[in-house]
Amino acid sequence: MDRLTIAGRQFDSRLMVGTGKFASPQIMAQAIEASGAQIVTVALRRIDLSDPNDRLLSAIDQTKVLLLPNTSGARDATEAVRLARLARAATGNPWIKLEVTPDPYSLLPDPVETLRAAEVLVKEGFVVLPYINADPILAKRLQDVGTATVMPLASPIGSNQGLKTRMSLELIIEQARVPVVVDAGLGLPSHAADAMEMGADAVLVNTAIATAADPVAMARAFRLAVKAGRLGYLAGPRGASRLAQASSPIEGLLQ
Amino acid sequence: MSVAVSSSIHQILADKGLDHHGQWWQERIAAISADQVEAALAEPPGRYRLERLMALISPAASRYLPAMARQAEELTIRRFGLTVGLYAPLYLSNYCINCCIYCGFNRQSHALRRRLDIEQAVQEARVIRSEGFTDILLVSSHDPGFITVGYLVELAGRLREIFSSISVEVQQLDVDGYRSILGAGIDGVTIYQETYDRDTYKRFHLAGPKSDYDLRLSAPDAIAQAGMRRLGLGVLLGLGDWRIETLALAEHAHYLMTRYWQCHISFSFPRIRPAMGLDEVVFEHLVSDKELVQMILALRLCFGDAGCVLSTREPAWLRDRLIRLGITRMSAGSRTTPGGYCGPTDAVGQFEVADHRSAAEVADVIRRAGREPVWKDWDQAFVCIQ
Repeated sequence: MDRLTIAGRQFDSRLMVGTGKFASPQIMAQAIEASGAQIVTVALRRIDLSDPNDRLLSAIDQTKVLLLPNTSGARDATEAVRLARLARAATGNPWIKLEVTPDPYSLLPDPVETLRAAEVLVKEGFVVLPYINADPILAKRLQDVGTATVMPLASPIGSNQGLKTRMSLELIIEQARVPVVVDAGLGLPSHAADAMEMGADAVLVNTAIATAADPVAMARAFRLAVKAGRLGYLAGPRGASRLAQASSPIEGLLQ
Repeated sequence: MSVAVSSSIHQILADKGLDHHGQWWQERIAAISADQVEAALAEPPGRYRLERLMALISPAASRYLPAMARQAEELTIRRFGLTVGLYAPLYLSNYCINCCIYCGFNRQSHALRRRLDIEQAVQEARVIRSEGFTDILLVSSHDPGFITVGYLVELAGRLREIFSSISVEVQQLDVDGYRSILGAGIDGVTIYQETYDRDTYKRFHLAGPKSDYDLRLSAPDAIAQAGMRRLGLGVLLGLGDWRIETLALAEHAHYLMTRYWQCHISFSFPRIRPAMGLDEVVFEHLVSDKELVQMILALRLCFGDAGCVLSTREPAWLRDRLIRLGITRMSAGSRTTPGGYCGPTDAVGQFEVADHRSAAEVADVIRRAGREPVWKDWDQAFVCIQ
């Protein structure tokens, strides 16, 4: 069985989904179900952990999925760490998706503050899944610190542009010692399949599902694309060539 | 070696002639052709260029509103999702030392005055909280002897227990003042220039600290320098030519976004509404519904990531239709008189509310428009309370 392992925990699904931007909590719940996701991220700023009737939280079936709170909105390490601590104190869950996005326009992650926050949180026993730009050296630095994954972006969040950071993603995947989750910018199921074929361990999708005309159908499409991409990767694809090449019996002769 | 020195907003507006709304601008905007509008619409949406915005607010563009609306909706959904934030204003005082002749609070008005002490303000806030809001905007006229930094800090200290986000729309403070209220848990400030045209500004602001155009124009810098998370800008529509005002407003926003890149800018679109004692004031530049829509769409198409805020000054039917066209945050169930939530009051409101529906009713309308009403999109945990 091909399973995704993060921090010693196993998951059958390699598609993680977000909970923002949906037209209603009901549609969100149906889309999560259709996606087959077992890890669902939710912005701490959007929820009230002290409210048992929180509209967003109560729509997520936590018996089926692992809730992955994120620090979206934090603009430095101090804020991200404070949010993570409060979330763990309220839920007992040490898993945190670390997002430090000081630029409210591009929402691109701050590498310096993300690394600083990761150091603190890992030391405090958190399972840290950091959202980063597709920077191979930063990915290594975070692994050295002890993060559970790295989550490089494919293109800016919400942009639906697909794998604009392909070259760096390939390097990150090739060199990673922890699961690589391609996060942000995947606009189509084919983008997700592409990332999986490349060897990503998982992908995270939010905007493309939440804002589709039919979010439930799109969630299902992403589920299948991630599966197909993973199977394709495992099947060991031949490298592409620009020219048609007839197979030549001489190849074997010269080995 | 030459060192680039970035100009102040005062200098930028002066260089571009946007602080004196003369005929030159009107003629330039009027001369925009349909071809230029189409070229502007073909550019990547969400990015700002003065020339592009000029095309989108031109009379020629008024025939392209359906196409603009489609792009605006698309951009807004991609950035903000299918959601609309809800907030409520809490009016603290209507005593005022300014004399702004469009405002019901102006010091020459014989309106009934009222100010809320901390306990009264908390009572009002509790009513607002009970309606579901966790995002509150504290509003006051310029009542410096009463609504002080200390007052705001104390009130925020009480309110942050029950509200996830607290913002203010009060008199201009200095950087230290803004820093103090930020430290108390206030994360946003709204401050309107009202008009960017110096002559118009002078004509409508007769006396008081607010009559100083240059001082007023420096407020957003101070707010951003203090580290405030959210900054709301706007002009009072009806004072000057809305098209030139929109250009000046956009230049101001662009200046702030590049200089203070961590501060999130929102636009508001207050239109002159009837207020007590304004019957004799003549407004030459009242803005029609269609023009208001064009302004909102044009700004959205140039600033894909900016917030767009709509108050209850606007009538229900118009607000309902604007939900899908780029508005990201709206107030609901508003009372614009100090003490208005706890019971009827004779005190004067800042403007006459046009949308009288309750918060729950507005939330239902948002849902029917295929959007999720968002009550909470911030957390006091972000702010390090000092």
